[in-house]
Amino acid sequence: MTTLSGQPLSEAIGYSFSNANSAPHREHSFYPYTDNGGSTLGITGSDFAILAGDTRSVAGYNINSRYVPKVFKIGGDDETGDGAHIVLSVVGFAADGQALKERLDAVVKMYKYQHGKPMSVRACAQRLSTILYQKRFFPYYVHAILAGLDEEGKGALYSYDPVGSYEREQCRAAGSAASLIMPFLDNQVNFKNQYIPGSGEGHALEPKKAEPLPRETVERLVRDAFTSAVERHIEVGDGLQMMVITRSGVEEIYYPLKKD
Amino acid sequence: MTGFDFSNYNRNAALHAKGVPLPKATSTGTTIVGCIYDNGVVIAADTRATSGPIVADKNCEKLHYIAPKIWCAGAGTAADTEFTTALISSNIELHALSTGRPPRVITCMTMLKQHLFRYQGHIGAYLVVAGVDPTGIGLFTVHAHGSTDKLPYVTMGSGSLAAMSVFESMWKPNLDRDGAVALCAEAIKAGIFNDLGSGSNVDVCVIEKDKPTQLLRNYIKPNERGEKERNYRFPRGTTAYLNQKIISKEDMRKYVSVEEASGDPNLMEVDM
Repeated sequence: MTTLSGQPLSEAIGYSFSNANSAPHREHSFYPYTDNGGSTLGITGSDFAILAGDTRSVAGYNINSRYVPKVFKIGGDDETGDGAHIVLSVVGFAADGQALKERLDAVVKMYKYQHGKPMSVRACAQRLSTILYQKRFFPYYVHAILAGLDEEGKGALYSYDPVGSYEREQCRAAGSAASLIMPFLDNQVNFKNQYIPGSGEGHALEPKKAEPLPRETVERLVRDAFTSAVERHIEVGDGLQMMVITRSGVEEIYYPLKKD
Repeated sequence: MTGFDFSNYNRNAALHAKGVPLPKATSTGTTIVGCIYDNGVVIAADTRATSGPIVADKNCEKLHYIAPKIWCAGAGTAADTEFTTALISSNIELHALSTGRPPRVITCMTMLKQHLFRYQGHIGAYLVVAGVDPTGIGLFTVHAHGSTDKLPYVTMGSGSLAAMSVFESMWKPNLDRDGAVALCAEAIKAGIFNDLGSGSNVDVCVIEKDKPTQLLRNYIKPNERGEKERNYRFPRGTTAYLNQKIISKEDMRKYVSVEEASGDPNLMEVDM
């Protein structure tokens, strides 16, 4: 078949170049995050704050390690953590948690060198929010909780979402078993859904008022929260690491959990 | 045999196409094992049932009865292992009655694989079949797609690699009863502690020639929960309510029989 234009019709020559590169193309993907499981929890008192986390690290149905801490002293000695007055817990993607903790630790130390005084928990909390939001479009894949003592010496606790939204609270649970632990805390720390027996009829019934709990009670609540979470969540277990922040420093307590 | 009911298939397919997620079945992320010995066969299982990352049952039974001397350990979709073994158990009993002979393990294995193959893997049952019959000792694995294996020691489920590592390092020929039980229990323990899908206790079943089958429920309990540190009993009247209606026992007796319970009537079941 001939044409006057001088160009052959593609049907005429029986092949075409338009589909030459249409070999089945494969879409490559790389997902840089993993979920390492585990749970953390923080509660404040009138003159202390407690941050706790289990020490199991998981990947799918496997246990990476039975001891990978999720709670860190910030701004203390590199090896021992001595001198720290702020504690950070991170749960989610462990590598990001590690990176975030290293970065905040450096920030708190630089602050002390430059200003000649320790960073306040309030300032540190605001700085952590900024650090998280700076990575708005490639976030640190973690739920962070920051704890210390405020300017008046009262327990202070700040919780964060992965991109830096934060709030000061009395108690907070984060991580895979947060949905199991948080309702327990609402009921046992803030006395939600608890009323004073016989204080009134119907809507006049008086709610039980929340007040700061003593340290001994809080430690027991934390241990009960974790031993119970271990029973019903497969990613929580092996060990419980507790950091108690008081006027005299940070005390670390380890308590073994079930290993199944 | 009656079949499955597919009458909701088209509706569910249309719903799924519109973005409604499919219901999730309880999967028994599991460790199950089996091992033959000189005079019989042992099978064992852990007792954790999961639904995603949540523990659905801390002490479930994964050892299923087929016939008095044929038992089955099940992994995979809980309902599928339960119903498949129950169906085959029923058919095996009818078969035994019609032939007038004790059922054979290989018959049971063949019925299972033919049933599972027909459903092309959609019935998610992964089984270890074990037993003793007039032809000798039998131990098989049956996969959901219908393939089978005949081996002296077997493992299945999400903890199968952990369990098999124990068999591969400790198994030896000509084990005795106690040796086989200890080895199986050790393999299950490896699954319990190293696989997140497995946990809680070890169940064992020993099927021995010329002896009744022994089901050793909770043979080892390596994961008992400790005492809680605080008491979570609420004072009476803690929960708010807008109105109450009291129905006396006398009124109740008009409709149902009422019996006096023993013990403190103020205590709830969880307090005792």
